Amino acid sequence: MSTGYETTEGRVHTVIGGDWDSVRGAAEGEKERVVVNMGPQHPSTHGVLRMILELEGETVTEARGAIGYLHTGIEKTMEYRTWTQGVTLVTRMDYLTQFFNETAYCMSVERLLGIEDQIPERAKVIRVMMLELNRLNSHLVALGTGGMELGALTAMTNGFRDRELLLDLFEGITGLRMNNAYIRPGGVANDLPEGMERKIAETMTQLKRNLQDNANMLIDNPIWVRRNEGTGYLPLTACVALGITGPLLRATGLPWDLRKTQPYLDYETYEFDVPTETAADNYARFLIRVREMDESIKIVEQCLDRLRPGAVMVEDKRIAWPAQLQVGGDGQGNSLEHIRHIMGTSMEALIHHFKLVTEGFTVPVGQAYVPIESPKGEIGAHVVSDGGTKPYRVHFRDPSFNNLQAIPTLCEGGMVADVIASVASIDPVMGGVDR
Amino acid sequence: MTEPVVPEQRRELHVVDVRSGSFHVHGSGDTSGFAGLRREVAMPGATSRPFGGWFDEAADALFERLHAADIDAVEYVVVDRGEMTMFVRREHLLAVGSILRDDERLRFEMCTGVSGVHYPHDAGKELHVVAHLLSLTHNRRMRVEVTCPDTDRHVPSLTSLWPSTNWHERETWDFFGIIFDGHPGLTRIMMPDDWPGHPQRKDYPLQGIDVEFKGATNAAPDTRRSYS
Repeated sequence: MSTGYETTEGRVHTVIGGDWDSVRGAAEGEKERVVVNMGPQHPSTHGVLRMILELEGETVTEARGAIGYLHTGIEKTMEYRTWTQGVTLVTRMDYLTQFFNETAYCMSVERLLGIEDQIPERAKVIRVMMLELNRLNSHLVALGTGGMELGALTAMTNGFRDRELLLDLFEGITGLRMNNAYIRPGGVANDLPEGMERKIAETMTQLKRNLQDNANMLIDNPIWVRRNEGTGYLPLTACVALGITGPLLRATGLPWDLRKTQPYLDYETYEFDVPTETAADNYARFLIRVREMDESIKIVEQCLDRLRPGAVMVEDKRIAWPAQLQVGGDGQGNSLEHIRHIMGTSMEALIHHFKLVTEGFTVPVGQAYVPIESPKGEIGAHVVSDGGTKPYRVHFRDPSFNNLQAIPTLCEGGMVADVIASVASIDPVMGGVDR
Repeated sequence: MTEPVVPEQRRELHVVDVRSGSFHVHGSGDTSGFAGLRREVAMPGATSRPFGGWFDEAADALFERLHAADIDAVEYVVVDRGEMTMFVRREHLLAVGSILRDDERLRFEMCTGVSGVHYPHDAGKELHVVAHLLSLTHNRRMRVEVTCPDTDRHVPSLTSLWPSTNWHERETWDFFGIIFDGHPGLTRIMMPDDWPGHPQRKDYPLQGIDVEFKGATNAAPDTRRSYS
């Protein structure tokens, strides 16, 4: 049974579902203004996004996004942990683009440390490879969950099946499927294990075939096309005004990809294209994600060709994490060789390990912002140091946070069903939005 | 002895804090001498010309326009680690912003984000608002920093110039208590509406209370011994 109360503008009815009939009569003849709360617990809002929709029939007249339901205070917590421990926290922000969070943070810290050009070649190639594998992972989930929300359940099962191949690689390399904390200030936590390059190459071969199948299933699928084409229109001017980056911006025809426009990690030396579309609708963004995955595979293959033996951490002993990590039978931990060294042969090495792990290294005073191109757009960490062993302030510019501001522009005037498609095309991950 | 910890090539320093002692321990009767340590925290201060690269060109364009309008809007410019920061007086923020956005030599069309930093010991400038601008036309980035005293936490809102700053400013209000004048709807965005305080401020504790479990007490993280 519905409840209601009087206001200056008439009676307001609160309907919680299944009791529509009880208010239909009461609202007869009055001005009907239906406000629907979509989320924060809703299967198609990518976690805990809440949308407040004002409807006229099935047309959305006003849409507002509400966030904050997954706020965990990561930025505050980082101020009480060392610079290296910060990686473990940022990897949990946008949990589908974990390596992007880690890289954005580490590159800002490295700029503050002034060691940007001391990062070993192998570490940079591994970073690029992990980033592109991560991009594949993120896009697969974006297409999978986006497909599921529009009723294409096979897109979801296929997407997650293929993502599992990538998570297996992450697990083999870092010891963890998610929340990896693999990229560290100065390099990466550990080298690729034996035989991993072959396994990555095999996975890429398999993935190419699978991605083709997935794309074929959706690209000309009449239901998929009709749900996405012409919905969620966001032109270039709106993108610029709202600070929108990533696939949404490239769907307007602007080839703005930081890997090309402001290259980092030697991206300028890799061969790949930046796919663009001009329709600026949900279908264009879908096509861009599909084609970006092909480009990512191309980059991963170039990385495999470039991997040469070498260090994966800066030489500077005052910064470099002293232990090489190893994935053992019981998970990831310090390598046995290192334990033997510090516990058995060198007291100095033990002191060094202890100081660097408990106290950490100091970072010179200043601030830095190094943005990179995540699957969702520009991600960057504004990092401020007061010269101590802990960050003074870290602020993440999360692309999903910024892009969700487009909800009113994307959804108002459209059908309520298109809200689902449009939000899916923003591809927000609330872990990153709320931090 | 006071030994500033600053990067090389800094001509001026902007001291924001002075730390003393070691491990955050005070009054322990420690005679080792560590308690006498004193360290100034100085942010990179004003950089003098030439800034290098395109920085001079951009600064010239901005200062020319500001001069023509007879506004003394920029306190100082910092070029540090390849990044340019304009410290703008808050009363002139919108004037500077509209030049940065519209002048064809500058064209910072996009504001990628706004956030805050709290320097409780930077007297009269306790709260800093930091905006990152991006020019798609010239492929450049610039940081604009505005300060306000803790006693008068008002800064003009950038939403009229860059609508993208809407949520970013709400977040900065939520976390630092900085009021953005002219914002269309300055409400909390991360914390619940009735939350007391602004969590990212330095005087707001991380946990605040000790946790007791089975008779043992675990100190709140912000009161634990620390190195910096």
